[in-house]
Amino acid sequence: MAAQNGGTTNGGTRWIGTRPVRPDGVDKVTGRARFGADLHLPNMLVGKVLRSPHAHARIRSIDTSAALALPGVKAIVTRDDFDDLPSEFVPAGEMLINYRDVVRNVMAREKALFEGHPLAAVAATSEKVAKEALDLIRVDYEVLPHVLDIDEAIAPDAPLLHEDMITAGVEPPPSAPSNVAKVVEFAHGDVEAGFAEADVVVEREFSTQPVHQGYIEPHSCVASFAEDGQAELWCTTQGHFVVRGHCAKLLGMEVSKLRVTASEIGGGFGGKTVVYLEPLALALSRKSGHPVKMTMSREEVFRASGPAPGTWARVRVGVTKDGRITAGEAELKYQAGAFQGSPVQPGCMCAFAPYDLEHVKVTGYDVVVNRPKVAAYRAPGAPQSEYAVESIIDELAKRIGMDPVELRLKNAAREGTRAAYGPTFGPIGLVETLEAARSHEHYRAPLAPGRGRGVASGFWFNIGGETCATLNLGEDGTIALVAGTPDIGGSRAALCLQTAEALGVDVEKIRPLIGDTSTLGYTFLTGGSRTAFASGLAVIEASKDMIGQLCERAAKIWNIPVDAVEWADGEARPAGANAGEFDPLTLADLAGVAGKTGGPIVGRAQINAQGAGPSFGTHLVDVDVDRETGRVTIERYTVIQDAGKAVHPSYVEGQLQGGAVQGIGWALNEEYVYDEYGRLQNPGFLDYRIPVCSDVPMIDTVIVEVANPTHPYGVRGVGETPIVPPMAAIANAVEGALGIRFTDLPMSPPRVLKALEEAHIPEAAD
Amino acid sequence: MARAHVITTVNGDPVEFLCDTEQTLLDVLRDELHLTGSKEGCASGDCGACSVIVDGRLVCACLMLGVEAQGHSIETIEGMAGGDRLHPLQTKFLEHAALQCGVCTPGFLVAAKSLLERNPDPTETEVRYWLAGNLCRCTGYDKIVRAVLDAAQEMRGG
Repeated sequence: MAAQNGGTTNGGTRWIGTRPVRPDGVDKVTGRARFGADLHLPNMLVGKVLRSPHAHARIRSIDTSAALALPGVKAIVTRDDFDDLPSEFVPAGEMLINYRDVVRNVMAREKALFEGHPLAAVAATSEKVAKEALDLIRVDYEVLPHVLDIDEAIAPDAPLLHEDMITAGVEPPPSAPSNVAKVVEFAHGDVEAGFAEADVVVEREFSTQPVHQGYIEPHSCVASFAEDGQAELWCTTQGHFVVRGHCAKLLGMEVSKLRVTASEIGGGFGGKTVVYLEPLALALSRKSGHPVKMTMSREEVFRASGPAPGTWARVRVGVTKDGRITAGEAELKYQAGAFQGSPVQPGCMCAFAPYDLEHVKVTGYDVVVNRPKVAAYRAPGAPQSEYAVESIIDELAKRIGMDPVELRLKNAAREGTRAAYGPTFGPIGLVETLEAARSHEHYRAPLAPGRGRGVASGFWFNIGGETCATLNLGEDGTIALVAGTPDIGGSRAALCLQTAEALGVDVEKIRPLIGDTSTLGYTFLTGGSRTAFASGLAVIEASKDMIGQLCERAAKIWNIPVDAVEWADGEARPAGANAGEFDPLTLADLAGVAGKTGGPIVGRAQINAQGAGPSFGTHLVDVDVDRETGRVTIERYTVIQDAGKAVHPSYVEGQLQGGAVQGIGWALNEEYVYDEYGRLQNPGFLDYRIPVCSDVPMIDTVIVEVANPTHPYGVRGVGETPIVPPMAAIANAVEGALGIRFTDLPMSPPRVLKALEEAHIPEAAD
Repeated sequence: MARAHVITTVNGDPVEFLCDTEQTLLDVLRDELHLTGSKEGCASGDCGACSVIVDGRLVCACLMLGVEAQGHSIETIEGMAGGDRLHPLQTKFLEHAALQCGVCTPGFLVAAKSLLERNPDPTETEVRYWLAGNLCRCTGYDKIVRAVLDAAQEMRGG
């Protein structure tokens, strides 16, 4: 494992970088861990949702009388149970959402805008009764023509999803509504002047299909409303404070009256940053007076929760014969689903981020279609745009006869580079990942005949944000760590390690838990690869707060000034003139007498974390293509990424491996299949095929460490970047194997076979 | 309709329960017996998160009816550790960091246990194909496969 420190020298050697068993591990290997659907309350009802069978329909009326009369039905809610909300954008992960749309997404109002759009929710004494009740609800629809794809949606005579939607970001504003919600542009320099300097210019169009995050745990929650208007909500979410905010808004509650507890979360990848069932369960509980549990079926997860957008891109890049990229230009159109807010803006910002370009221009279009509203999915927006750019970089390398890693190195963004989207990069590790790729045995290994090797790089911003943490010192010197960011992939281990390092105590003495929304101040969600960084900064700040208190107690015991006490290796020591005069006092010593020296000791932090270090990675892949079946097999895969500093290297490796395999699925298999009526035909794991164990090889990892100067130990987020490079790396490898460039994903067997037929490559070549 | 009375064995203990005839074994385990370690990820036999062992055979509990448990012996994740000792597979999953979110983990452990009971010395390929019925979206499977191979070696005494 390479460790290349650049930028600053950061402390942290005793615990940071070790691999202890995660503190929540035993619960998760024994079945004890409680996930969203694992809570049972007395008198609990089951809630189910009636969903639109139509992709686009005006709702004339909803008659629930027969359903309400069914014995065992305790409450039904429809659009009439939710107040309309004005347009107001708020952050949700790295994306923005609008409450006017959220209230319509959780429960259709004027129209059903996608197949699966909720129309009513029923709470009953059993799932069986609830389902029977759904069949008794009468909905009068006026079925409208629908649009599923970008081309249809932007056609001049396209049916409109929102009759009042005027494209934002265009001057002067258009006079007529359309399905284009907004246009964004990022540019600097003069691209035409740049292209004039180029010896080779390549321009191509690309498309990608919507893909689902594919978390194994479906959405689930239990809501319990009391007669005094206070409520509790248990749910699987990446951010229970965010859920509290959304639900309070939709239900007209004060946030302090709603206590949200995050269950263990069975995967999210961005898809559990929004609300679907939670407001419905709360409304049903309020109406029925019972706790209500709601869980989506897998089919509902596919039909009604947010995928990553399908996209179209046109990208043009110019290069000189000696390998200088002179200009880059891209036009990106992203499906938003039924409501505006695709991640086209980050897609635009990331497209050329790995390169130091003088001339760049990226234009993006946010397009609504009659599909489920998209949700964040791991580096939202970036995989699609970087797939297009990284494919063209590969083609340019071939055209000028330069090694693709060399071409990237020659143009790589580095410290001081003005990013294509505006800011100037601090210390970043792209060059280090490329150099590690170039010198990796994988890159130089001989390639069997018929196989192809591909390389691609990728970028994601990473974020910080509002974060709280508390360290409660127990009377025996052990510590209860309370964090507010749900642990989706081992972050409790990373937070304990950072606390152990900051306090100088054994990591085994720290027990972590994720506090509910009443135990901590507002803490933004687990997303944007921010948890190890931002909650890490918070526990380090809380440790400092605790050390200050511990030093005060020691000073009191020794009767010396507090500034004559230092904290080192987990104990207070007299320093300066008093050095050696008293025996050191350990954490346990001071905890034991806390009651006599001033009372309980609690370290607290409430921060707005700034300076998340951007993340870069480079992937290498070897593929084999079966000319008879069109199946692409991943023969070898290596992920190289800058982690800043790997707090728990096993879980960093896990992020790199998991992201790469999600990218493999995106590249090779995953897509939604709709029929002519806009109904999803493959809402299950049999037909929407995510990679299984036998589809993939071991995923090798190389962690590069270019310290993030804004974190005491150099940590930068690692979770999202790994899903960015795979699609281009694999497409580049397939091009190497077949000489055919795939510009449309997925490269599934039928598409590969078709391309082979069109290229007249005989099966015998295998 | 009257509920069915079923007598069965779960993790070695005699168990009786009442269930609706259309309830799956997974529904019964989770909702009637409150053994929520088996997870529902799909209810169609595609994800393996509800893997249990019935009379020594690996089964998706979502594909079997509760009434079919009559007279059979069912092993779930809750019975995998013996007393206060983890099963070697559980220990190796922790040591190898073979889980991230952990929702698929009970199913993988039960499936892997079933594999090693049949084949104590599987190749990597055999592990990958045996576990192909268990979906994991977090790990990319690398560390899971390593954990299973390592546990197999330890259980063989090597």
